[in-house]
Amino acid sequence: MSADASTSVNYLNHDRSIKSWLLTLDHKRIGILYLVVISLVFLGAGILALFIRLEQIAPGQDIMGPDAYNQIFTIHGVLMVFAFIIPAIPAILGNFVLPMQLGAKDVAFPRLNLLSFYLYVGGALIVLSALLVGRIDGGWTFYAPYSIRVGDSILFVTMGVFVMGFSSILTGVNFIVTIHKMRAPGLTWNRLPLFVWSLYSTAIVQVLATPVIGITVLLLFLERLLGIGIFDPALGGDPVLFQHFFWFYSHPAVYVMILPAFGIISELIGTFSRHRIFGYRFVALSSIAIAFLGALVWGHHLFVAGQSALASTVFSLLTFLIGIPTGVKVVNWVVTMHQGSIQLRTPMLYALMFLILFSIGGFTGIMLGVLPIDIHLHDTYFIVAHFHYVMVGGNVIAALGGLHYWWPKITGKIFNETLGRIAAGLIFVGFNLTFFPQFITGSRGMPRRYYDYPVEFESLNQLSTYGSWVLAAGMFLIAGYLLHSLFKGKKASANPWGSLTLEWTHTNRLPIPHNFERTPIVTRGAYDFHLAKDLFKDEPSGNGVDSHQVPDLEQEGRPEA
Amino acid sequence: MAEASTVTADRPKHLHPHFVSSEQQFDAAKMGMWLFLVTEILLFSGLFVAYTVFRIWYPEVFSHSAELLDWRLGGLNTIVLLASSLTVAMGVHYAQTNERKKLVRALILTICFAAVFMIVKYFEYTGKFAHGVFPGVNFDPHGTAGGHDYAAYNIPFAAQFFSIYFVMTGVHGLHVLIGIGLFSWIVIRANKGHFSSEYYTPVEITGLYWHLVDIIWIFLFPLLYLI
Repeated sequence: MSADASTSVNYLNHDRSIKSWLLTLDHKRIGILYLVVISLVFLGAGILALFIRLEQIAPGQDIMGPDAYNQIFTIHGVLMVFAFIIPAIPAILGNFVLPMQLGAKDVAFPRLNLLSFYLYVGGALIVLSALLVGRIDGGWTFYAPYSIRVGDSILFVTMGVFVMGFSSILTGVNFIVTIHKMRAPGLTWNRLPLFVWSLYSTAIVQVLATPVIGITVLLLFLERLLGIGIFDPALGGDPVLFQHFFWFYSHPAVYVMILPAFGIISELIGTFSRHRIFGYRFVALSSIAIAFLGALVWGHHLFVAGQSALASTVFSLLTFLIGIPTGVKVVNWVVTMHQGSIQLRTPMLYALMFLILFSIGGFTGIMLGVLPIDIHLHDTYFIVAHFHYVMVGGNVIAALGGLHYWWPKITGKIFNETLGRIAAGLIFVGFNLTFFPQFITGSRGMPRRYYDYPVEFESLNQLSTYGSWVLAAGMFLIAGYLLHSLFKGKKASANPWGSLTLEWTHTNRLPIPHNFERTPIVTRGAYDFHLAKDLFKDEPSGNGVDSHQVPDLEQEGRPEA
Repeated sequence: MAEASTVTADRPKHLHPHFVSSEQQFDAAKMGMWLFLVTEILLFSGLFVAYTVFRIWYPEVFSHSAELLDWRLGGLNTIVLLASSLTVAMGVHYAQTNERKKLVRALILTICFAAVFMIVKYFEYTGKFAHGVFPGVNFDPHGTAGGHDYAAYNIPFAAQFFSIYFVMTGVHGLHVLIGIGLFSWIVIRANKGHFSSEYYTPVEITGLYWHLVDIIWIFLFPLLYLI
């Protein structure tokens, strides 16, 4: 399609000043700003995780005392949940890709988008300043009354979470309006890429749930500052009310984390199976179903918090229902692969990993929704393993898959496919080695959130710590070859994977500032791979037909068009 | 796939480059504001739930404590806010009919009403503080005023009522202040002639915001002052 000379104007080279980056209104540049900052947060919080595992390598005190351990797992949790997992996919990849997938020039409110970014940075800095000001403790859930009494910089953490919540809300509002109002001519709801559907349902949850955490942390803030007695039982308040408020947001927030991951997996499985997504409408609408069902299950976090037996039973039953739309997705993805012709490129490896890891995380989640099992496993390492299988095995794996998939569009460069596969393998092995033993220690009764543990858990904990090193090696390898590709990587073609969504088919190798030379008119679905031969004709780049032969072959022996 | 040529007809100044038409831009802005209002309702919903929980637990404490709130001042504020909603609606109308002077006048009236609301609120708050009616642990009512012996209101859980009162009206008052700021900015722009029947989006969506601030007060007033 569009010709691309190395001298042509694109979104990276049209203005290179620092100011043009820091004050940019371009959704693609804002996505890159997020990528840089969120990656730094991930690095920091990931290193903290390595320290947590190192302390657990043997019983007793190894490298830090209980107080330091409490602070480190708290800041690890707060940063990973609020500053990494929640914004990662929507803010980085969503920002970069969404308007292009819609055939739009930008999101509906570009200035609001930039404001979201700075609110996010501000919130993250406030959270980090808590570390400098004093102690924080109590985990990422800051349950009252513990969070009211212990630690002296919880005020900063809650304030930071409040500010980052605003960033999340504004991004959600922006995306919903963009998807409603900015679609290109012919791009009907039934032709939308599934990543768009997933960002849409994510945005609904962001808009409906995040304000509640806003008011909750505001009340906690005031509780701590003025002792307003809403949550503190010593003053006549109700700590269970805090848990209800907190999980009314934080359970739906789990779907803010996983729904965009589903979207990426749909893109990857469609593209690399070279087949239309089986049951497209079911996959699309199951995201919406999850968004709404997800708002009704928060009580399953309160089974042992003094909630009535009737409420617990109802919440337990509703929790099982979530399994249905999620199962619909997984089954449809598997059928799509069964019908298609699979190319095992690096992004597709992440999609396959996702199917395995997320299924384990999902099924253990259903287990934990069963009342008697939850009472046994509550606050054990089984929970830790479960949510890491969902959050890392689901969200992070999908985010990595998405980052690899869109990397050629973001940077115009191809990463090293061989190293990519090795890193994917390291991550899969390292992840399972880290977290699978925790299912076992947890089911045998090892409680979470302690720096110490009985001797009988030593070998499994050592295994887990070794796994964390393998996982870290995989992550650093990814960072290494991606950064290397920026400088030394081969030039990608405009559509190296042979995808059919607009960001690949209708933009240059590096998109121009307003994405499209002409507004596209859409005449087909996002996964009509049966049309691929007609669409690409004899165009060498991006027909996807020959790309399965060897890694790195996109550009070899092929002139730049 | 076919490609449409970009519309390059003369674009009005207010039309941002990423929109195709003024209608698209207006619809997007309006939808964005409605979604934002949904988040505002959910923000306050947490406070309404807290109110409901504590009211169900301590109903007599709540009705007793509410006697300390002066329904006449609350009523005055209700009237003032309703009037300001009317002037905002008139402002939107004048923007649509290109009556700049009337638009500016309506918006300045709105700001005045909002200011009256905040002044009344100031006297209500300081009146409470003077008699030791603070939220939470600092709650220590004393002295007499308006026929009330404040010390008689120092009963268990009365502090929760006043915590909820101060947080709800405080967050609401913050929204009123933000509204005053927004309308001041819009008055300046209206004076410069930025708005016309072709383009009055900021007037319209700030008006929507203001109506929400009004509606929330309509719920706060009876819940806190009357029942």
